[in-house]
Amino acid sequence: MIQALSGQLLLGLINGSFYALLSLGLAIIFGLLDVVNFAHGAQYMLGAFLAWMGLSYLGIGYWWALLLSPLVVGATGLVIERVFLRRLQGLDNLYGLLLTFGLALIIEGLFHHAFGNSGSPYPVPELLRGGFDLGFMYLPKYRAWVVVVSLAVSLGSWFVIEKTRLGAYLRAGTENPKLLQAFGVNVPVMFMLTYGFGVALAAFAGVMAAPIYQVTPMMGSSLIMVVFAVVVIGGMGSILGSIVTGIGVGLVEGLTKFIWPEAASVVVFLLMAIVLLVRPAGLFGRQK
Amino acid sequence: MKIRLAFAAALLLAAGTALAADPKVSDDVVKIGVLTDMTGYYSDLSGAGSLEAARMAAEDFGGKVLGKPIVVIGADHQLKADVASTVARKWFDEEKVDAIVDLVSSSTALAVMPVAAEKKRITLLSGPGTTAITGDKCTPYNFHWTYNNWALANGTGREVVKQGGTTWYFLTADYVFGKSLEEDTANVVKAAGGKVLGASRHPSPGTTDFSSFLLQAQASGAKIIGLANAGADTINAIKQANEFGITKKQNLAGLLVFISDINSLGLPTAKGMYLTTAFYWDRDDASRKWSKRFFDKMKKMPTMVQAGVYSAVTHYLKAIQASGTDAPDAVAAKMRETPVNDFFATNGRIGPDGLHRHDMYLVQVKDPSESKYPWDYYKIAKVIPAAEAFPPVSDKCPLVKK
Repeated sequence: MIQALSGQLLLGLINGSFYALLSLGLAIIFGLLDVVNFAHGAQYMLGAFLAWMGLSYLGIGYWWALLLSPLVVGATGLVIERVFLRRLQGLDNLYGLLLTFGLALIIEGLFHHAFGNSGSPYPVPELLRGGFDLGFMYLPKYRAWVVVVSLAVSLGSWFVIEKTRLGAYLRAGTENPKLLQAFGVNVPVMFMLTYGFGVALAAFAGVMAAPIYQVTPMMGSSLIMVVFAVVVIGGMGSILGSIVTGIGVGLVEGLTKFIWPEAASVVVFLLMAIVLLVRPAGLFGRQK
Repeated sequence: MKIRLAFAAALLLAAGTALAADPKVSDDVVKIGVLTDMTGYYSDLSGAGSLEAARMAAEDFGGKVLGKPIVVIGADHQLKADVASTVARKWFDEEKVDAIVDLVSSSTALAVMPVAAEKKRITLLSGPGTTAITGDKCTPYNFHWTYNNWALANGTGREVVKQGGTTWYFLTADYVFGKSLEEDTANVVKAAGGKVLGASRHPSPGTTDFSSFLLQAQASGAKIIGLANAGADTINAIKQANEFGITKKQNLAGLLVFISDINSLGLPTAKGMYLTTAFYWDRDDASRKWSKRFFDKMKKMPTMVQAGVYSAVTHYLKAIQASGTDAPDAVAAKMRETPVNDFFATNGRIGPDGLHRHDMYLVQVKDPSESKYPWDYYKIAKVIPAAEAFPPVSDKCPLVKK
């Protein structure tokens, strides 16, 4: 019993670190740009697909994909910000939500049309095959790698935004863009790069996910709802909140899968409803 | 004036013969609607391929039956029962559709069947699996063509127990189809002398990570993990079972696995797995010939669901031809009394419950080293004769005289 429970908790931690990585990108984009990025799931899918395409068409392996795929998808993010999102600044953020939602539908539709629905397998990189026998469960090396990297990237991003000068500029830009501009900081470019970074994080998570899940056009849409719930529970825009909540939600979900599997997909939203009732701004959010 | 009169008389005569021919084919057209999942989880195993298969059947029949055109249309039911029954109503009431084909996912089939029965139209089911379709939910106008859960459970379950897989744990998709597949397989396993140690029901669609459930299956110590799910769920479960080293000590039994799944998993991951199928493209010359034509259009080999759509539509058209009308009662009776023998079905017979009983195949997925050309995936381990492959006529079906 204890054995099984610790196994489930470890799996929850693995999934949780995934949620953290994905919701982090969303939280950064919302926190700094005030855009609800509904294309996040599609961008995560793009990351995984680029890795797969690189491997099957060009022979580019996992490690390069981990670097290149976020760069390429991040660059498309820059274009999206420059061409579309910038025009919506200052409007109700419902417009940004609808725009990104539309983009997601288009991107997923195109990939669905081109690649079908069953998807394609992506092999686990040579170096990370096999696993450790922990006694209570068998831990594949790759999953351990996911936890370590996700936590490192999440905490690194949090540190940069909350504790460095660059981060201070970013936060200042959200509070009062005009004043920051007056100090000689190029605010529009900064916003563009921020969106690009958030998108690159989604693509990075996509590459991380490729060897675990089947690479399919719909892989993002099945995850995006949970990730949004994570961001809402953590407090919209709170970066630390999204990291902590991501892991927390993974753990709660893992426990539910053990105790009452049928409810596993509902429990996240139940949690969200309760949190919203008790603390409308989310666990780590500030009331505006 | 005379010429005019003669012309009018000729017109009247022509109209007269047309009127006499009219009642044979309602609305002067035989319209077949392929209602299936075009964009969701099961779109690769049915979807556009099912629509193409129905079109091929109409073309191969010459595009006409009893001198009237055959028209094939398609729609996406989005795997939603309410969408399926709404489209069906619209098709019957406004678009003069005579038969609805495929209906992948049991819930959509069970939603459309009563509508069709009420309007007296034919349903030809290829995609869904629940045995209720020809059990207590059976209708006089319905034909269940390709497979049902009992056949899959029976083929895979009995054979695996025979080979020593005596203890089972199930990973089950938590809806009608999955639960019914689990129940049917559990009964077969028990009847063959095996034991069921437990089951995990996972939400579907919506589960991408199966490791929690796999871990529970592992802890149960069962020799066999039965996958009572389909499509993306099965693919992810098999992939992750490999990842977690579960397949080293325990074996997987896929209860509903399509060739499209094997294609996207790849042989290195899927090799060695047993599964039951109604159709394999590389079985004989006739199946190869048809499948290659299908491949030229779809760039994929057909699944059993898609091949079944072709076979069912062809049988339906033949029955219209033979009975000289498209009146549903006459056609349904004709379909029941005519045996089915084509590239898809051998020794096919349709029972009073509407179930098409034909030979099934227990196959084993090849090792990559045995696969010589693209889509060379299966070895046929056993031909299961029609009488053993499908359940006897169900006394739960009210149509069956006791």
